[in-house]
Amino acid sequence: MENKIDFDRIERRAAVRKRTFQTVDYVLLTLWALLVLFPFYWMVLTSIKSYGSYNAEYIPKFYTVAPTLQNYADAFTTVPLGRYFLNTIIYTLVTTGLMMIVIIPAAFAFARLDFPGRQLAFTLFLSLMMIPNELVIITNFVTITNLGLRNTYTGLILPSVTSVFYIYLLKENFEQIPDELYRAAQVDGTTDLKYLLRVMLPISKPTLVTIAILKIIECWNSYVWPRLITDDQNYFLVSNGIQEIRENGFGRENIPAMMAAVVVISVPLIVLFLIFHKKVMAGVSRGGTKG
Amino acid sequence: MKKRSMKGWLYLLPAILFLGCFMVYPLIDVLIYSFEEGYNSASQTYYGIGLYNYRYVLHDPYFLQALRNTFILVIITVPLSTGIALLISLGLHAIKPLRNLYQTIYFLPYVTNTLAVGLVFMILFKKTAYSDGLVNLLLQWFGGSSVDFIDGPYWAKMFVLCFYTIWVVMPFKVLILTSALASVNPEYYSAAKMDATSKSRVFFKITLPMISPMIFYLVITGFIGAFKAYSDAVALFGTDLNAAGMNTIVGYVYDMLYGNSGGYPSFASAAALILFAIVLTITCVNLLISKKHVHY
Amino acid sequence: MKVVLQHLTKRFPSRTKKGDDVIAVNDFNFEIPSGKLIGLLGPSGCGKSTTLNLICGLEAPTEGSILFGEDDVTRLPPENRGVGLVFQNYALYPHLTVLDNILFPLQNLKGADKLTKPQMMEKAMQAAKLVQIDELLERKPSELSGGQQQRVAIARALVKMPRVLLLDEPLSNLDARLRLQTREEIRRIQQETGITTIFVTHDQDEAMSISDMIVVMKAGVMQQIGQPQDVYDDPINLFVATFLGTPPINVFDGCVKGGMLYVGEDPVMAVGGVADQQVSVGIRPEGFNLDPQGTFRSNLVRVEVMGRDTSVVSTHPASRNPFVRSIIRADNQVDRTKKTVCFSLMPNKVFLFDAQTDARIPFTWEAQK
Repeated sequence: MENKIDFDRIERRAAVRKRTFQTVDYVLLTLWALLVLFPFYWMVLTSIKSYGSYNAEYIPKFYTVAPTLQNYADAFTTVPLGRYFLNTIIYTLVTTGLMMIVIIPAAFAFARLDFPGRQLAFTLFLSLMMIPNELVIITNFVTITNLGLRNTYTGLILPSVTSVFYIYLLKENFEQIPDELYRAAQVDGTTDLKYLLRVMLPISKPTLVTIAILKIIECWNSYVWPRLITDDQNYFLVSNGIQEIRENGFGRENIPAMMAAVVVISVPLIVLFLIFHKKVMAGVSRGGTKG
Repeated sequence: MKKRSMKGWLYLLPAILFLGCFMVYPLIDVLIYSFEEGYNSASQTYYGIGLYNYRYVLHDPYFLQALRNTFILVIITVPLSTGIALLISLGLHAIKPLRNLYQTIYFLPYVTNTLAVGLVFMILFKKTAYSDGLVNLLLQWFGGSSVDFIDGPYWAKMFVLCFYTIWVVMPFKVLILTSALASVNPEYYSAAKMDATSKSRVFFKITLPMISPMIFYLVITGFIGAFKAYSDAVALFGTDLNAAGMNTIVGYVYDMLYGNSGGYPSFASAAALILFAIVLTITCVNLLISKKHVHY
Repeated sequence: MKVVLQHLTKRFPSRTKKGDDVIAVNDFNFEIPSGKLIGLLGPSGCGKSTTLNLICGLEAPTEGSILFGEDDVTRLPPENRGVGLVFQNYALYPHLTVLDNILFPLQNLKGADKLTKPQMMEKAMQAAKLVQIDELLERKPSELSGGQQQRVAIARALVKMPRVLLLDEPLSNLDARLRLQTREEIRRIQQETGITTIFVTHDQDEAMSISDMIVVMKAGVMQQIGQPQDVYDDPINLFVATFLGTPPINVFDGCVKGGMLYVGEDPVMAVGGVADQQVSVGIRPEGFNLDPQGTFRSNLVRVEVMGRDTSVVSTHPASRNPFVRSIIRADNQVDRTKKTVCFSLMPNKVFLFDAQTDARIPFTWEAQK
């Protein structure tokens, strides 16, 4: 009997300790979650406050009594936000599409085909991964300028097409497809190209989707390159477009409209992320661990 | 069989073209540029070969300020962000329900445009004629005095930059660390339990060594990324970083290329190569340290 | 330290709304005498690993109690029970050397039990010498072979002088040659230390060869407990009879009518004290004697030479297995030209089981003249 009582007390104390620890844990995690979410909330909130009421607030309010969509209208009419959007969509889709066309054969070559110098080529490719973008951007800038491709889609797209990192990721994925499938296809007389298109691509679809989404995120958010080579507003993307609005557009005075623009820019990717979040997080973590 | 062997190169061709054009050629080109002295981009002529560009850059006060800003940013954000990420990951690891929800929320900053969100941070922290801004409001509630974090004293600006940078890099770090924690074989924890190991001992002697490769990876990439900081600063302070005194090394490089000073690719190249050298050195130092402390 | 399990039950709630709960361990009652080596034997999924987890405390029972000696340890957490557990995959800390792995449990001792560094080293060295890995103390686990890793795991479990030592499938990760060697090692270590040891396996060979007692389990229910030879010679039901023994026992459909056992249609021997009924008949391979006047007739398929013995492979219409195997001494000559082969049966190698319940039906017989 003596023993039994001890146990009960020990177990109860342990349960209490566990529960307090968990509560503290949840509190801290929720705190960070709020910290992450708050800027988004503020973004949306500000965007629906009318211009007058926003500027009248000496102490910023956490709510608004008269929400309005006027800012969104302003965002699209007073500055060419729609144009920026369009440019970004074109840029993103074309670059991602081109990238897929370039990296799929390359990853296939490294993963499946045997050719002289393959190991050397792969090592060289890998070493390219170490080159920081900031270095190459200088020459690319000069090159594109000299080719007269500033302020064109071509100039925006071409240097951004390929990245060794995605070739590496895809190659790893291709390598996981067992050799036997390839040999069976060979016995059936399938050409390499057909094998690639009919067998490997369908099997690798999840990874391909992940890579595409990651590239889309990268393109949508890219700032430096567009900023460098475009000074014609018609060719701005959303990121340098936002900078333009901030400095020369209504940015200085019309904060709510700015926020409306910001919301509009952020929404597509957030929606994309919410749909594909599992894939995106898995892809990033895989890419990170491979590094 | 011989026929097949060359086909591989054919498949590689598009990649080789793009990479060669936009990666390999630029690399060599930049090296050359940096040694061409007195380069004039209009006439595309130069005086001679030498270290003039490097000397100019290293004496340029704008560069030195950018250097200082970048170093401060690196020293503050890398340890802090890695440490906080570790705490958050441990916290996530300890709970089961809602874990996915939290992880998804935490990852949001990764998919957003840093320029866009930076603007939100700017208006939260900035003191204008109309209003002190939300952050200052909070400060005053706690009894402090308001500060303009965007246009005010240097330390305030540095604070916001560090804060925003940490906010932005967290998703990636938390993700990597949570998957590292999840990959530790639970049998080790069972074995430690059998041996009556205290919680802190389990953490320091088992958990930490097992995830040390990942922590280390985050430190290295954290350093490299922090040295390349630029967009975050622009998001907060605007394109003219020199005016705000918050320029970074990368910002200096781009200024040299494009900004108000006009096209000086030589200086830009020299600055970029200096940056590359710094990053390389730090990475090597980190690798050497890892040999001692990291368990694979 | 004797180990007593009383009404030990572990129920896992079912995952689906409709399914039943899974009862992994069902009302176990047995007592393991102190200082013995016990084998928990059974097919995969029979609950033996769960039983081990209950004994060591990593899982809590739904009902019942566990006693070490006179102490009820049922609600004690594992670290306070004084058990050592050797995991199936060893669970050696990969970043620590062998010596550090062995020292690890000692470094956790607190308060009155706390040891000084030299004391810890001494205990660690003792454990290392016992399992004979004292040459490898500076290596990391990844640099050791499977057998060596296992010895380190055993040393780590023993170093804190546990009351009970538990091993989870200790031999399944080793290759065949190493298995023989290692099971002798386990036997030797157990006898030198005298610690009550329980190990879990699905290989009846292993269990039979080194255990003082074996416990046969099936689907969470204990079938039989006893000394290996006794369980082999006196199985309590059809499952135990078929599980033990290599090659496995031959099972036939048969019946008893008027004191005579019929295998299929053939009367093969007289059995006393059994009512008329359908039965399952089990005949051990070594229970056949070549006898031209023998009552048991089967159709010869082939004769396999094994050196010391000969294995006669035949078929019989009432056999439940595709082939009937009989082991006879090699100096017997089998007439391979004949289609049928005749045996007489050794009554002590014949077992009768109820056709429905599989329970053993004992019978008497007259001694052979």
